Amino acid sequence: MFVPWQMPWLPNAPEDFRARLKAARTLAEGPGAALAQLALHRLNSTQARTFARMLRDLISEGVSLAPLAPFRLAVLSSATFDTIEDALVAAGARHGVALDLRVAEYDQIIQTAFNPAANVFATKPDAVFVHFDHRWLALDRFSTDPAGTVDAALDQVSMVLRALSEAPGAQIIVSNVATPPGGLFGSIDRSVAGTQRAQIAAFNHGLHDLALAMGALILDVAGLAEQVGTATWFDPVMWNLYKLPIASDCAPLFADAVARMVGALRGKARKCLVLDCDNTLWGGVIGDDGMENILIGSGNPEGESFLAVQQLALDLKKRGIILAVCSKNFDETARQPFREHADMLLRESDIAVFQANWTDKPSNLEAIAATLEIGLDSLVFLDDNSAERAQVRVALPMVAVPELPADPAYYPLYLASAGYFEALAYSTEDSARVDSYIANAQRAEVKQQSRDLGDYLRALDMMLTTQPFDVQGRARISQLINKSNQFNLTTRRYSEAEVRTVEDEADTLTLQVRLKDKFSDFGMIGVVIARPHADDPDALDVDTWLMSCRVLGRRVEEAMLEAVVERARKAGKSRLYARYLPTPKNGMVRTLFDTLGLELISEEADGERRYRLDLTGYTAPDLPFSREQTAR
Amino acid sequence: MFTDDEILSRITDVVRDQLDDDDITLTQTTEANKIDGWDSLAHVRIMIAVEEEFGVRFQTSEITSLKNVGGLVALVRSKL
Repeated sequence: MFVPWQMPWLPNAPEDFRARLKAARTLAEGPGAALAQLALHRLNSTQARTFARMLRDLISEGVSLAPLAPFRLAVLSSATFDTIEDALVAAGARHGVALDLRVAEYDQIIQTAFNPAANVFATKPDAVFVHFDHRWLALDRFSTDPAGTVDAALDQVSMVLRALSEAPGAQIIVSNVATPPGGLFGSIDRSVAGTQRAQIAAFNHGLHDLALAMGALILDVAGLAEQVGTATWFDPVMWNLYKLPIASDCAPLFADAVARMVGALRGKARKCLVLDCDNTLWGGVIGDDGMENILIGSGNPEGESFLAVQQLALDLKKRGIILAVCSKNFDETARQPFREHADMLLRESDIAVFQANWTDKPSNLEAIAATLEIGLDSLVFLDDNSAERAQVRVALPMVAVPELPADPAYYPLYLASAGYFEALAYSTEDSARVDSYIANAQRAEVKQQSRDLGDYLRALDMMLTTQPFDVQGRARISQLINKSNQFNLTTRRYSEAEVRTVEDEADTLTLQVRLKDKFSDFGMIGVVIARPHADDPDALDVDTWLMSCRVLGRRVEEAMLEAVVERARKAGKSRLYARYLPTPKNGMVRTLFDTLGLELISEEADGERRYRLDLTGYTAPDLPFSREQTAR
Repeated sequence: MFTDDEILSRITDVVRDQLDDDDITLTQTTEANKIDGWDSLAHVRIMIAVEEEFGVRFQTSEITSLKNVGGLVALVRSKL
């Protein structure tokens, strides 16, 4: 049986959890990495409480918790949230963020939303989570005026969201509503508008439109409760005694779902699924059993299980997750089923990096991350072998490694339920991006045939598109702003709501940059925001300048500067100011502006570097792109 | 399978963890309101943590009729 609220994909907490937690405090490299590692386990309420208490203390002492990203979250709940708080702090660390959590008083959503001076807003939260259930909206009973009841419920939520959006900057996250178990008529509950089931469905539908209009994110509590089973999710005893909104057993899973979304806002969602082969993608050992005897495909129950694993991997690839293989095998042996087995769903062309050899798995995972130029903390590693899983967890604690049960029939559920690949938005560009990772291999061949770099770049037939921010680009712009760490000059994070605000600023120069070549369409790979300079009316001041590392070494950065200069000139500007703000991850662009020909005017003690460019003296270099521009 | 003393000792550990105070000592006659920090919110957490610790579930009336720690020990014993 698969019981989602038990989160069986998480390994059990170590016996010495408390001692390790205490020890984390005294580590020379800081406590962040050790805390992140401890949070990867399944914690009971006491362990979560101890963990949350320590994290809270460290935050208030101002200790750096890197690599955990700081995140201030305000929670407004219609119910008792105290018992969820500790689990939420632990889940935050599991998903890459150090949560500074402020919870408003029980059942004070409206009062708090209309009070900008409320305690929960004192620290200027990065996001506000508004949490309620059917009971807060009078959707907990049969209504003879269902349209009126649902409208009133939506009005109430709309009022709250509007009040919260008055204070710009914070991303609003709002829960939808789960349908409690039971019923009134029976099967027709779904079609009689006045039942709880029908009213809640209508409310959730309306909430979807409301959230879209307001740039709010919806936490799909209804979907989560449905997976758990609503009779398990809701606990009337806990509600009547303590006004707990859900069964206490389900608090860790609920917290994990909130944390996945917060992690995704900080760019912590995983990007790549690394698959073992033998007994993970097919039954049996290809090297021993041979092509005829491995179990894959329909007609055999075990073969069906592995087929389902492959189908999920393929679906993930289709939505934009990179696939890689890491197997202890001879390369040719491991590749054979991908090439020749008629029942395999996964083919060689689906796999961006194929590491089959006899080296240990941690080394191979490192090689995969290096080849893809992504961090190890972007990887999820699926392997049926518990010894391999344990080895990877010890050597590379930043790689997510789900536990797996004995029966492969459950593998897809474990992988899909763990929430590693949480996305806040989806665009078809996400899918195209995966193909671009795969096309890198083909590009490497062109590179070998070309005489020099210029020759190679010209042979790629690159097409660069630059245009101001717009509605169509918004989701991806916000995604890049929140995910790019390395090629990011200022690392300023903006929510989708904030990006929308920037679109409307009259004198702000915005740029979204897309690239394709003859092998693939990279989609959007660059973002620039530049505002009028505070003191120099003839100048623009660069607020944000970032680029996806996938297009390094193609002179895209030069083309971006050219586009910025061109647009700035059109706006009548004659100077450009820019800066580099150092972070632990963006060392690669420390001297980017020097390389691009900007003049370094000062370097601060904290490593910040300030630059200026005289636009009248700028001449565009000869670049290997054909160009498409869209003016505002 | 557990003596009352063993149950009391495990409940004491739970309460110490939840209230972050290792000096707390509980006896059969201890009442919640005599312990610093054992307020209504802490009570929710403690009850949930005790359920978790022993793998048991309490009914509404069993919780509302609790008078002191001794009552909680007896309640846990009746469920094991």
